[in-house]
Amino acid sequence: MSITVRIPAPLQAVAGNRLEVEADGGTIAELLADLDNRFPGFRQRVYDETGRLRRFLNVYVNQEDIRFLSGETTPIKDGDEVSIVPAVAGG
Amino acid sequence: MSSYIHHVQGLACRDCGRNYPLENLTVCEHCFGRLEPRYNYGAIRRYLSRGLIYSRPQNIWRYRELLPLTGLPQVGQSNGFTPLVRARRLAERLGVSELYIKNDAVNAPTLSYKDRVVPVAISRALETGLELFACASTGNLANSVAAHAAQAGLPCIVFIPDNLEAAKIVNSLVYGPTVVAVKGNYDAVNRLCAELTARHPSWGIANVNLRPYYAEGAKTMAFEIAEQLGWRFPRHVVLPVAGGTLLPRVHRGFDEFVKVGLVEGELPRIHAAQPEGCCPVVDAFLHRRDRIVPQKPNTIAKSLAIGDPADGYTVLESLKATGGSAVAVPDEEIIGAIKLLAETEGIFAETAGGATLAGAVRLSESGVIPRHESIVVAVTGNGLKTQAALDGALAQPVRVEARVEHFEAAWQELQKEAIAA
Ligand SMILES: Cc1ncc(COP(=O)(O)O)c(C=O)c1O
Ligand SMILES: [Zn+2]
Repeated sequence: MSITVRIPAPLQAVAGNRLEVEADGGTIAELLADLDNRFPGFRQRVYDETGRLRRFLNVYVNQEDIRFLSGETTPIKDGDEVSIVPAVAGG
Repeated sequence: MSSYIHHVQGLACRDCGRNYPLENLTVCEHCFGRLEPRYNYGAIRRYLSRGLIYSRPQNIWRYRELLPLTGLPQVGQSNGFTPLVRARRLAERLGVSELYIKNDAVNAPTLSYKDRVVPVAISRALETGLELFACASTGNLANSVAAHAAQAGLPCIVFIPDNLEAAKIVNSLVYGPTVVAVKGNYDAVNRLCAELTARHPSWGIANVNLRPYYAEGAKTMAFEIAEQLGWRFPRHVVLPVAGGTLLPRVHRGFDEFVKVGLVEGELPRIHAAQPEGCCPVVDAFLHRRDRIVPQKPNTIAKSLAIGDPADGYTVLESLKATGGSAVAVPDEEIIGAIKLLAETEGIFAETAGGATLAGAVRLSESGVIPRHESIVVAVTGNGLKTQAALDGALAQPVRVEARVEHFEAAWQELQKEAIAA
């Protein structure tokens, strides 16, 4: 099983300098844990000191913000597309 | 321009404190926090005086020491210095004693507050040799980005949601950019642009990789308000919130004027207004949430329809720091406020301005803004771009034949109706 994850510019250095990586997991939390296995230090960049996803980092499954789904327990399956995107300003 | 002495020194992360050189960065590389330019305020204090500001043209660049350019600006000569109107008739209607409208409905060249931020962003793009100017926009930013790209002669792409008002689309298309209408709401447009910056490092996306520079332009609204009031602050300022760029920079602008010694006194209390159909920041404020919960927007105020505001926390910090508050208003009150402002002051605001005035009315009625204290309400966009919002809300023209007796009969009829009403 394999899920494509889009990596934002500030995380590319920790993710082998790639725009997209493959990872596994049944939920977003598992997927992020798998990314930390593949790329040590990944977790620390994505979670804050209190163990929550950083508040200026958004995660999308097939274009939908996981905060409109089930957050980190949002289920994911083979072929899903996950994007990690920093919050950007409006206009 | 090597002869220009600039006072901006670098970027600093508001969240973890890390410092960066002046680079085109969207967020802190470490914690994804918010980056802000740092200035040498001591040097600015010694150099920048009221007299020097007076001696310069009436546009945003008269405050250029407090803007993050490293050379002299090449575009934006008509931007800013919009009227601060003493709104006597409106004040009387609302029962308040000192009310002003900061009228960015007539900001130039594209009739919204975005004409303050975009010239700073494009100047930065030009200084750093970027090859294309772009943005993700609810409409007004796109208009301004397209116009300034034309001024500077840069290729341009504007990304907008596919449900925008026709006028906002025409007001981008006319400048000749590529207009990309993205299926979905503004937050989808934003996400797409955030992903694109990683692929196209030579593009300057105003609200993405130029964000720390772009946002600074909004401080000029505060600088102008203080200068136009005779180098003093009002007690209250009411501002609209969408992505949250404007409000915290107005706060920062007031704060900087104190830092560099141009104005003394207590900072104004800053209040936020959002439409009920998209009010994640007001919701977080009123419920004291530590995380902003994103919303799916549903409001006629499309320029405020940002359900996941990147600077929402920055807004909350400014409200708290200044003792301000937050208010959400229903669409009917937005329309009512647009009409009230037009009928009392002769100013035609777009829906965002209606939301802001409606919010001010509520805050005044509930006593949050005491009636005898001075208030500035920011009208940030022009009603000519959101005319559809008034469908069915205005009287119809009186139709007559071109004959005196026809007109006189119709006129008498109208006067009878007016007396009856
Ligand atoms: C007319 C108008 N007013 C206010 C805003 C909200 O500004 P901000 O995103 O800075 O909160 C916008 C944003 O698009 C706008 O177009
Ligand atoms: Zn940081």
